[in-house]
Amino acid sequence: MTAVSEPTTEAELAAAVSEARAAGMPLAVEGRGTKSGIGRPAQAEATLSTVKLSGITLYEPSELVIGAKAGTPLAEIEAALAEKGQMLPFEPIDYRPILAGSGGPTIGGVAAGNLSGPRRIATGACRDSLIGVRFVNGRGEIVKNGGRVMKNVTGLDLVKLMAGSWGTLGVMSEVIFKILPVAETNATLLLHGLDDARAVEALAAGLGSPFEVTGAAHLPAGIDRVPTTLLRIEGFAPSIAYRKERLRALLKPFGAADVLEGEAAADLWRRVRDAAFLAEPRDKAVWRVSIAPSKAPSFVERLQALRDFRRFYDWGGGLVWIATEAAGDAGSAAIRTALAGTGGHATLIRAPAEIRAAADVFEPLPPALRTVTEGIKTSLDPDRLFNPGRMYAGI
Amino acid sequence: MGIAFPTPDEGILARREAITAGLARLVPPGGLVTAEDERRAFETDAFTAYRRMPLAVVLPSTTEEVAAIMRFCHEHGVKVVPRGAGTSLAGGAIPQEDAVVLGVSKMNRVLDVNFKDRTMRVEAGITNLAISNAVMAEGFFYAPDPSSQLACTIAGNIGMNSGGAHCLKYGVTTNNVLGVKMVTVDGTVVEIGGDALDAPGYDLLGLVVGSEGQLGIVTEATVRILRAAEGARPVLFGFETSEQAGAAVAAIIGAGIIPVAMEFMDKPAIEICEAFAHAGYPLDVEALLIIEVEGSDAEMDFTLGRIVEIAKKHGVKTVKESKSAMETAAIWKGRKSAFGATGRVADYICMDGTIPTGRLPEVLRRIDEIVKGYGLRVANVFHAGDGNLHPLVLYDVNDPDQAHKAEEAGNDILRLCVEVGGCLTGEHGVGIEKRDLMNVQFDPQDLDQQMRVRGVFDRAWLLNPAKVFPLDRRITA
Repeated sequence: MTAVSEPTTEAELAAAVSEARAAGMPLAVEGRGTKSGIGRPAQAEATLSTVKLSGITLYEPSELVIGAKAGTPLAEIEAALAEKGQMLPFEPIDYRPILAGSGGPTIGGVAAGNLSGPRRIATGACRDSLIGVRFVNGRGEIVKNGGRVMKNVTGLDLVKLMAGSWGTLGVMSEVIFKILPVAETNATLLLHGLDDARAVEALAAGLGSPFEVTGAAHLPAGIDRVPTTLLRIEGFAPSIAYRKERLRALLKPFGAADVLEGEAAADLWRRVRDAAFLAEPRDKAVWRVSIAPSKAPSFVERLQALRDFRRFYDWGGGLVWIATEAAGDAGSAAIRTALAGTGGHATLIRAPAEIRAAADVFEPLPPALRTVTEGIKTSLDPDRLFNPGRMYAGI
Repeated sequence: MGIAFPTPDEGILARREAITAGLARLVPPGGLVTAEDERRAFETDAFTAYRRMPLAVVLPSTTEEVAAIMRFCHEHGVKVVPRGAGTSLAGGAIPQEDAVVLGVSKMNRVLDVNFKDRTMRVEAGITNLAISNAVMAEGFFYAPDPSSQLACTIAGNIGMNSGGAHCLKYGVTTNNVLGVKMVTVDGTVVEIGGDALDAPGYDLLGLVVGSEGQLGIVTEATVRILRAAEGARPVLFGFETSEQAGAAVAAIIGAGIIPVAMEFMDKPAIEICEAFAHAGYPLDVEALLIIEVEGSDAEMDFTLGRIVEIAKKHGVKTVKESKSAMETAAIWKGRKSAFGATGRVADYICMDGTIPTGRLPEVLRRIDEIVKGYGLRVANVFHAGDGNLHPLVLYDVNDPDQAHKAEEAGNDILRLCVEVGGCLTGEHGVGIEKRDLMNVQFDPQDLDQQMRVRGVFDRAWLLNPAKVFPLDRRITA
């Protein structure tokens, strides 16, 4: 795995894929490789990087749309948006705290991982904002799907397939997102001392209110000294002043709420977004569990089989981050047994390569969906060139 | 009229009786429609210029029945055209002579409401509005609100990835559905997604939504429900030019304001809708924006204050706020019945292209030129925030020449949408209507890739086979 190809144009990218296809050479597909530790260790013989496909190709603030070549640093996109008071709505997680990566993630990597953060509960995931892609498929063909307008139902939505496919279906060359204005101000209500079940109830009360909660997380003891439950609202100043008081009154049954604002609040939400609470100790494995919020606390209760673990909740309880002993299967069996019948699923985000090679990193699929998934892979990448085995063995 | 249908399979037509007899064994009495006069109700949808009599119509009541029907049709090589309420404006539910129509309208129950997780599980034949009505008393609603929401089903909404007037803030169907139960072409029942915010593996749900019934028959859906805002207030802004209206829209968004809806009407549309709904639309302006904001009274006052300030800078001529729930209802009735109201004054075809909003004044001018060039008239209503246009090309259905010209004008308008960086369809779907224009928007390798993905689900082209992809070049792998 020494050869690294860094095409500088989409045409070169397509040529590189065609060459690899002719040579039967499986490729590790990446941007800057900040998330290369996620997934099963791919069986690739060379690396194809989009890092030199860089630059913003389209930005129309009044149309709420931005497009960029896949290798564009996320930081460059966020800086351009910030200059116009706008943002990527889905608040993409930065995995560097967890994975101890250096360099910066690319926008293509954000799309390939469907990386979303706390605001996912209000404005959708990365896949909801991603409206257009260009990519090279496993035949070396350049394919476009979606476009630069936010209402578009023309043909099959392959954009959604590319989001979260971890580079296994095609190599993205360009991505287009719909965006939103940054709110004028924000406030975070903090409740203290709630157990997990009670905290998720409080978050549900906030999310089920008309007051537009855009962040809903719970940090149990072990993350914070005292359990802390967070609800964020964003908007114009008079609206925030009003909603803050209404929410405080609504949440009274759960205790008196403190308010956090400004940089302190922003920093706390950054840590929630990046699961930074679980970054240390570095020798622990980290799991990401997606589940209906009301089922989350009892799922966590069923984890007693794990001798030692820490967890916190985002998405109103619907996203549970868990740190476990990085030994054996890193808790895979215990977590998945506890998830059985809930409709939830688990992804192993951080673990030594030998564990990721042996355990199911992504949730195993039921047979009918496994068949469809194999078919989708074949339809886009017939020779299994791209990140083979990264998500599932044989795919 | 110019849209071709495939030549019916003589072998299937010859076996019609055996096929209907086989289907009759799979559904309870009343679940199979064979009489010609009863089948006629299913020969078209809301794209009424085209119609074909289906082989038979089957109306199952359960997922198991759907699975049995699909197994049977798959075994016998019979094509299946899925149908919700038949409100497609793109001909998405129009059958063909050698196909069975599978309608899901009998499957219309609410299965589960979960206010804590803000989700709801429904059968796919439930109407869009019935979903919201089921949770309205608790203050919740299902967000996408197509104009046909009284009649259209969630099955059809999923098929077409339907939008509505409020998707600027709340998104379209794909952003509001969490899971589906789907029967594949060979009768296998699969669960895709569920009640969590994301699902493992590839985003198959995102692929299924908007796939126009080509990947399977959706029989159940889990949707997100939202708590309604404390209040909502639409305001009418009249402008002397569409350029001013368009610039105001851009400036509102530029000021960091995302209203829940921003709807545009031109003068012909204003006149038609006002005559129908008596909504108090100003008749002395060239362009009207309906801008709706949400929140408490004070919040709405604040946001509207900012919007009015911006509108004034862009030369707004009239500003009229809704003063009561009745006025609000009338304002929306006028907009949502735009198509119906237009139907009272002329026949029309409704286009659905999307454009980058910055190109709005130019596109409106060119639409006017295109339609005038064919000697016809046009009324424009559209979702201004997202650039989704609905030009209504008016014509006389009894005049074949006019009908042909209307179709040509419509096609020219869609080519224009693609030319300026937009797309053929924003929320109605491709169906048969825009099928032959797909080559305008996509290169061959783009369509080939889509068809290869389609082929994963339906290798033999049995499911809604005459839709979306041009007939002359069909591949499966």
